[in-house]
Amino acid sequence: MRVALMVTCFNDAMFPETGKAVVTLLRRLGVEVDFPAAQTCCAQPMVNTGYLDEAVPVVRTFVEAFAGYDAIVTPSGSCAGSARHQHGIVARRAGDPALTEAVAATSPKVYELSEFLVDVLGVTDVGAYFPHTVTYHPTCHSLRMIGVGDRPRRLLEAVRGLTLVELPGAAECCGFGGTFAVKNADTSVAMGADKARHVRETGAEVLVAGDNSCLMHVGGMLSRQQAGIRTVHLAEILAATEASVPEVVA
Amino acid sequence: MSATFVGMPAFPSAARAALADTQLRHNLAHATGTIRDKRARVVAEVEEWEDLRLAGAAVKQSALVDLDRHLVRLEETLTANGATVHWARDAAEANAIVARIARDHDADEVVKVKSMATQEIGLNEALAEEGILAWETDLAELIVQLGDDLPSHILVPAIHRNRAEIREIFLREMAGVGRPAPADLTDEPAVLAGAAREHLREKFLRAKVAVSGANFAVAETGTLVVVESEGNGRMCLTLPEVLVSVVGIEKVVPTWEGLDPLLRLLPRSSTGERMNPYTSTWSGVTPGDGPQEVHVVLLDNGRTRALADDVGRQALRCIRCSACLNVCPVYERVGGHAYGSVYPGPIGAILNPLMKGTGDPQTDSLPYASSLCGACFEVCPVRIDIPEVLVHLRAEVVDGHRGDRVPKAEAAAMAGAAWTLSDARRLAWVEKASGLAGRALTRFGRTRLPGGRAAAGRIPGPGAAAWTGARDLPAPPRESFRAWWRRTDGGRTDHTDTETGEGS
Repeated sequence: MRVALMVTCFNDAMFPETGKAVVTLLRRLGVEVDFPAAQTCCAQPMVNTGYLDEAVPVVRTFVEAFAGYDAIVTPSGSCAGSARHQHGIVARRAGDPALTEAVAATSPKVYELSEFLVDVLGVTDVGAYFPHTVTYHPTCHSLRMIGVGDRPRRLLEAVRGLTLVELPGAAECCGFGGTFAVKNADTSVAMGADKARHVRETGAEVLVAGDNSCLMHVGGMLSRQQAGIRTVHLAEILAATEASVPEVVA
Repeated sequence: MSATFVGMPAFPSAARAALADTQLRHNLAHATGTIRDKRARVVAEVEEWEDLRLAGAAVKQSALVDLDRHLVRLEETLTANGATVHWARDAAEANAIVARIARDHDADEVVKVKSMATQEIGLNEALAEEGILAWETDLAELIVQLGDDLPSHILVPAIHRNRAEIREIFLREMAGVGRPAPADLTDEPAVLAGAAREHLREKFLRAKVAVSGANFAVAETGTLVVVESEGNGRMCLTLPEVLVSVVGIEKVVPTWEGLDPLLRLLPRSSTGERMNPYTSTWSGVTPGDGPQEVHVVLLDNGRTRALADDVGRQALRCIRCSACLNVCPVYERVGGHAYGSVYPGPIGAILNPLMKGTGDPQTDSLPYASSLCGACFEVCPVRIDIPEVLVHLRAEVVDGHRGDRVPKAEAAAMAGAAWTLSDARRLAWVEKASGLAGRALTRFGRTRLPGGRAAAGRIPGPGAAAWTGARDLPAPPRESFRAWWRRTDGGRTDHTDTETGEGS
């Protein structure tokens, strides 16, 4: 099976540790993962802001970079959702049958990390060790756009040393929403403040999610409040073992 | 009483003002939380809920596909039942028809059943200009009307008001327009409802003309349907001599059988009840029983415009249950007024641009008044994919500005981002530059995230200030993932990884 890592532009530029964690984790599970260097972005920032024409060359780059792989794995529910549900819209708008065909071949092969682990590899215990109290925020696109269900929770519950505590109002949006966070900054902050309050109420040391974008928003707020709570991507917890707990949390 | 949404600011400014009102936020969080939980409980009781949603969506969709045919059929059956059918292209035409009917009967007042269509066309204000007073008889609408206020929710128009505020409004305003509130009025819900009941009874018994909307209009039988909770609707529909029903053309349901899923979906989705207390149906005139003159105004007012939109058409399936408002995290924080329309919340954010057309700054701000979290689609009883329509309308807003002589800063930024993001070498170059900025922040910045990563605190400038007003921003890492992959051959030659201290 030829497996590609879709690291996402956001993780690439801002959270490279998450991509490294996916590589470590998949190798440990016996999967050799490629990083197609031609990849850039899923085009979601353009699509969700209404710039569909601008999204066309980005989607074209995406399908060219990932052509021919059996599975494309990404540590982002949001970008997986974008690739699966929005690339077709962009291609149709471009009126380019070849692009539409390429999208139809690529999109269904995109898996969010927890889907790939549970559905394709058939594992829930990935041999991780993470001795901390953790609360899980199921990001909206993971939850509703691609429907990861309880896969991340099952993976977390199998992590040795980890205590998972319930997040009140977990299914409610954190207020990030891409450009919404800036275009409607006041509303975004009001939503984020409530999410941050719920996180503090759990008493957890760590907030985990499958999307660094939401974590950056809530984490940025927790940091401003000096709450002392760390945000860690799901991949980094799953990659952690007794030999290598991530530096940021150790 | 001339409250109107005309001239409202765009959503972000209106939202900012609403967010500053802590009482409003408290009222909204409490009310939406309560109704949301209630809905979730009664929906969970129905095992075949998903099938029911599919059935409800199919009934409404099939009605829309052949809307012209069903409307002609409706006109035929209503006319055969003794009703008079009028067609109104817009608000002005519809208001003029209603005013003319009232004048023909020398009526200087009408009683009203809560109706979104008449709110939409500003009927009360239009009648007032003709010297005709329109009395709202729904409790929440009465509160809004007496308070010279605007509705802020489709189902619970006074959701932004608490009991103490309602008591104040009743004591202050009722005497001026009819029977006064009792001097010893308390803020107990039953006492407040009792005062409204006494106040309204006079108006029911006196009015010659009533105005209603309809939740559904059955084409095959010429039957209109109103679903309500208080019984005021039934009084309006049966007591006055003349009944005028203003009905949006999308309310048509082809067959009586089609009502079945809709009448099961609506109460559970809207009030969280298994069944609503009153369901009234009327089909024209029955001699000696009920109104002896029935008029039906079939209203377009932008609906055919929405119908012509391939993606947006599904919004016309809406049965005005307001479940999307009650789960929307944006609506819960800012309330209904910020949307500048009688249709607030997620459905308002798509219905208004679809019906009015984009191009006006207030309307154009609405498709962006969402984080696209998808909670609205999840609860919609007729499966309107609101996030899909929001994105579609955002594209319409953007396309409307493609011909601008001076492009907006955002358009320039998006074009630049697309240029960078369509080529991996360009992206790598930008990441290198951001890595340098990250190094500077790491060296000179004072803010540290838990775990030690450097961060930016408050930064001036439009976009940066919007983010960093309340949120620290992690410094970019010194090395991007792709640079690390190339340097270490995907980690194969660098197992020790010297680039530590900059994880998430």
